[in-house]
Amino acid sequence: MSDAAVETRAEPTQMEVSDTEVAIDIVGMNKWFGDFHVLRDINLRVMRGERIVIAGPSGSGKSTMIRCINRLEEHQKGRIVVDNIELTDDLKKIDEVRREVGMVFQHFNLFPHLTIMENCTLAPIWVRKLSRKQAEETAMHFLERVRIPEQANKYPGQLSGGQQQRVAIARALCMNPKVMLFDEPTSALDPEMIKEVLDTMVGLAEEGMTMLCVSHEMGFARQVANRVIFMDQGQIVEQNAPAEFFDNPQHERTKLFLSQILH
Amino acid sequence: MSGIEEHTDMSFVRGEMLSEAAPPRSGDGMLHWVRRNLFSSWINAIATLIAIYIVISILIPAVDFVLIDGVWQGGGRKVCLTQAQGGAQPNGWFGGCFAYVRTYFPQFIYGLYPIPQRWRVDVVFVLFFASLAPLLVPAAPFKRANIIFMLVVFPVTAFVLLTGGHVGWNGFLIAGSALGRSFPAFVVDYLILTAVIMGIAYAIVRGTQGNPKPVLLSIGVVMAVLLVLVAITAIDFGLPYVETARWGGLLVTLVIAVTGIAVSLPLGIVLALGRRSVMPIVRLFSIIFIEFWRGIPLVTVLFMASVVLPLFLPDGVNFDKLVRALVGVAMFSSAYMAEVIRGGLQAIPKGQYEGAKALGLSFWQMMGNVVLPQALKIVIPGIVNTFIGLFKDTTLVLIIGLFDFLGQIQASFSDSDWATPVQAITAYSFAAAVYFVFCFSMGQYSRYMERRLDTGHRS
Repeated sequence: MSDAAVETRAEPTQMEVSDTEVAIDIVGMNKWFGDFHVLRDINLRVMRGERIVIAGPSGSGKSTMIRCINRLEEHQKGRIVVDNIELTDDLKKIDEVRREVGMVFQHFNLFPHLTIMENCTLAPIWVRKLSRKQAEETAMHFLERVRIPEQANKYPGQLSGGQQQRVAIARALCMNPKVMLFDEPTSALDPEMIKEVLDTMVGLAEEGMTMLCVSHEMGFARQVANRVIFMDQGQIVEQNAPAEFFDNPQHERTKLFLSQILH
Repeated sequence: MSGIEEHTDMSFVRGEMLSEAAPPRSGDGMLHWVRRNLFSSWINAIATLIAIYIVISILIPAVDFVLIDGVWQGGGRKVCLTQAQGGAQPNGWFGGCFAYVRTYFPQFIYGLYPIPQRWRVDVVFVLFFASLAPLLVPAAPFKRANIIFMLVVFPVTAFVLLTGGHVGWNGFLIAGSALGRSFPAFVVDYLILTAVIMGIAYAIVRGTQGNPKPVLLSIGVVMAVLLVLVAITAIDFGLPYVETARWGGLLVTLVIAVTGIAVSLPLGIVLALGRRSVMPIVRLFSIIFIEFWRGIPLVTVLFMASVVLPLFLPDGVNFDKLVRALVGVAMFSSAYMAEVIRGGLQAIPKGQYEGAKALGLSFWQMMGNVVLPQALKIVIPGIVNTFIGLFKDTTLVLIIGLFDFLGQIQASFSDSDWATPVQAITAYSFAAAVYFVFCFSMGQYSRYMERRLDTGHRS
């Protein structure tokens, strides 16, 4: 590997959660879609290196909440501070946050008119102002990490769903983000492809990436999460370490939810 | 045929996996194809026979008209008249008078452009097609240089060659009265205008909390390049001035069509984005612009430009008639183009915008790299449709007294040396063939691009 690619992962791999460094701080956040109060008084502090899985019934506001963190959705009340930058209407600040926060979507959102390599180098070249050569080296490094370097010159339409999602993860990692958001990354995949994507995410977690995952993969939550958050009706109703959360749920709604999905 | 006898132990579960096999042969050559596609049922057979009859009944007279009875040599109307009409052809003869087209061909191309100066038009044509061809071939190298040549060097060169250059630029704001009519007066006013534009841009950028430096720098570069180009048009190259009233034929058609195409695509993109903008003033302006130009017929636009507009201009200010027509056609087709492109923008899924934003791309980076390439690809058929419509609409400039290709052909009818019963039909057939070649080429190229840019299913 070249210097450029190694440099992007200079920190030693670690699974410890920082006690002092706050990655994301959400205080009293509220959001409405028209008259519908979709997020109600959300308070959440994520430390650097933490891995959080967010679960909850559909319509409970999980996706909306993590989409507020990179301002794909606008919150109307409260504060969101990401990497010491507060999200306001200031476009410059929003761009700064988006540079440091990677996101993986349910439907991949790869750019179908660009090759895998071009998908991965677009933002590093335009936003990070890397040279094409540097960007391609970085991209190759991460494509190797998600184990599809041989697909670099294909178009997204030629890949399977699982491969596309791994490309989407590599694309986000090429920006060398401090935080990764996953919005139901395995929900649109065939059962056989879920594992390859989860394996990639586990690898990422083991390297100490700060991660917020909206997911119903409870096995994944048990394996890598520090905390599981349960949301219902736009509120965080329970949060706990995975073992506690699964074996000893407190809230009635959590118990019902777990009994529905852990059949 | 594998019968059941061979598989007595037939089971619904495969014992071993099958290896890949070649597909069955789909056809047995020409005869098979004809039977399957043309005579697959008696209705199809009848339809095929009727179609063959129609094609033959058009094709034979056409070949007859052009090749067998067509007259290609000769110096006057007599070669295209029957004996009854006082000419050389046998009675009952009906053929194309292509000798007349050949005689008038230079006029159909150049109009009344002075004959000793026609090499200038030839140079422009050669430059145009020589730089267009490599631009259209995706594998051709130096695309960036090619585009810069096409957008910057070629227009100025063509302008200087066609008009003769040596434009007497003059102050247009305040310097004109102070310094008299001169190029320095123009430069002074131009610098004032640049300063005003930069001031407005600075205010806007500061208002949206952006960094004004790169914006001001790029405005400065653009204005400087423009000034250099304008300065070139003011140089006296020793070319005699040819007024646009003497231009005509295919030259005028191509000048209007190419300018219209070159202006309408970028302007259409800007208007389409403006119409979808979240900024109310930008959106309102785009909507008014588009609906205004779409709401009036092109003929009205041209009349307004050539007849009404001069009434409102102050004395001494006079735009060339061709320039006015150019502006009218460009505005008109931009409005149509904007709506075509808006259709493409609406077809791009929201996830593409979100994917781009989540990576930290700015609005223009997102539009330029992610949204527009996909949107434009989707609407290639619509864009080329507009181009073709624009190309044919150039014939309307005849009504304001400009002689485009068709207008020049019609003007030649007044020559009594070639007045024959077949003159009009020959000339119009020729015109139709030329227009068809241009329009059909554009259509074919668009289909080629569609296939080339197809990168599998969309996300």
